[in-house]
Amino acid sequence: MNSFLTIAMPKGRIFEEALELLRKADFRLPPEFDDSRKLMLEVEQENLRFMLAKPMDVVTYVEHGVADIGIAGKDVMLEEDRDVYELLDLKISACYLAVAGLPDTQLSDVAPKVASKYPNVASSYFREQGEQVEIIKLNGSIELAPLIGLAERIVDIVSTGQTLKENGLVEYGRIAEVTSRLIANPVSYRLKEKRITEIVERLTPVIESLAENK
Amino acid sequence: MTKPFMFEKPLGMRDTLPLLYETKTEIRNKMSNEIKLWGYQFIETPALEFYDTIGEASAILDRQLFKLLDQQGHSLVMRPDMTAPIARVAASKLLKQQIPIRLAYSENVYRAQQREGGKPAEFEQIGIECIGNDSISADAEIIALLVSVLQTAGLREFKVSIGQVGFLQELFLSILGNEERAAVLRKFLYEKNYVGYREHVKSLPLSSIDKQRLIQFTTLRGGEEAIEKAMELLENGRGKEKLIELKELYVQLKEFGVEQYISFDLTLVSHMSYYTGALFEVYAGQVGSPIGNGGRYDSLYAKFGWNTPATGFAIRMDGLTEALGEPAKAEPIECVLFSREQKREALVFAKDKRADGKRIVIQDINAVQDVDAFTATFSGVHFFIGKGGASRDE
Repeated sequence: MNSFLTIAMPKGRIFEEALELLRKADFRLPPEFDDSRKLMLEVEQENLRFMLAKPMDVVTYVEHGVADIGIAGKDVMLEEDRDVYELLDLKISACYLAVAGLPDTQLSDVAPKVASKYPNVASSYFREQGEQVEIIKLNGSIELAPLIGLAERIVDIVSTGQTLKENGLVEYGRIAEVTSRLIANPVSYRLKEKRITEIVERLTPVIESLAENK
Repeated sequence: MTKPFMFEKPLGMRDTLPLLYETKTEIRNKMSNEIKLWGYQFIETPALEFYDTIGEASAILDRQLFKLLDQQGHSLVMRPDMTAPIARVAASKLLKQQIPIRLAYSENVYRAQQREGGKPAEFEQIGIECIGNDSISADAEIIALLVSVLQTAGLREFKVSIGQVGFLQELFLSILGNEERAAVLRKFLYEKNYVGYREHVKSLPLSSIDKQRLIQFTTLRGGEEAIEKAMELLENGRGKEKLIELKELYVQLKEFGVEQYISFDLTLVSHMSYYTGALFEVYAGQVGSPIGNGGRYDSLYAKFGWNTPATGFAIRMDGLTEALGEPAKAEPIECVLFSREQKREALVFAKDKRADGKRIVIQDINAVQDVDAFTATFSGVHFFIGKGGASRDE
């Protein structure tokens, strides 16, 4: 099949790292790619169509099949639990999901509260610990929650730990390591198998050599 | 819960409006006719079954079942698939009369959806079961019939991807030694998580050759060559027999002339434990999830007291309708508008039209407020209004 392959890309930081990775794997992507504001970009010479989405939405586009493949953080995959193939660990945008809070504090005995952008991850983590907590869903600046007294703990991604430190928070546990993954829609993976396998095969050596140099 | 709006429906429940209804009926008629031509007989079973029997035996996850209580306090389920109810009927009656037996169905099944209320929780499946037949020719027959049914429905481009859980299981057992460890790897495949699979394999205390075999396994998909590649992963034993069976299946599918629709994926795990041999999923472009699936499930009948092998497939009507694209044009309907004085003539006219097989509405004009708006949707309008006119007879 020589039809277009549609790739859902997360906007922002991961996009730049993913782009670098694709270029290293000799995908010929035009230079204006980096700072375009378009949400759909076609690259004729590679027969690829890129769509730019919110990182949290990439798995949704791929599950519904409007994008054949996509690049999504493991954090999003854990949170959303979608029916997609996880083909490749791209080993970019490394960070981890962690529990944090103010130093020397405990979960409240009366009404324990946890704030997070990842309510499902947070909920299943605390359930596995046998803790019954109330999960409060926030959309950003999660570090505020313990400072202002909304929750004793937060669950969020941590990359350098700088944000936690600057807000006087400490880690209380690691939940999972997070990197970006190449994912595929189950139907596309079968019907466009050759093209998708080709992309996996082009990316694999690049990822391995980058990992060795680290 | 707050009281729903009067026009609201429970999550995942859908109405079918006239155009879609007629499209679906047409597709269904074509398909069931083809199934009948292959000698399969249609049956119906009730929508409600016992939780302890059908609910337990079904391949559908417990959390997807709609459960309710009857007036005696028994737990019931809305049937989540047709395979288990058919096994119940066959085991209790039909298998005493004939083996193998070929049955078919076209029924709604019920599966609660976890997310995004738009996904249907009630949907129609058309499928067949071939019971008491453990030959490869039965596997080939149902896949050939599946292809034939989809072609009859008008689907041009689709792919049937075939796997073999027997081979997968033998390979895992021969390398890993026990079922517990094999189940861990199977779960990664079931969750479609190749990254997790590879990381887990790397962490296992195995020789690098065995690790390489397990990694190599994830690439076993494509045409006939995938089976050859799989052969190289196994020394001998029952796993190899399974692959030889798969090759034989492909030979037979070629005899049916359907090989252009077939591909192989030996990593296919549609369910954690249900399928026991060859299994498959059907994919069509434009639709993001499989439109049908099936395979061999030789252990289900044991739950109903029969040690009988069986194989079958189910096609999802909603997925297929979506894959077929635009609905067929609505069949034309004409209209007769009459007033009291010419009602008899109008009725005779309409009756003649119907005798010709035309669809025709009869409507008293006095009950219509806006004649232009009312008649706009009809392919033809006939007026029988007022006194006079040569057609008026006493």
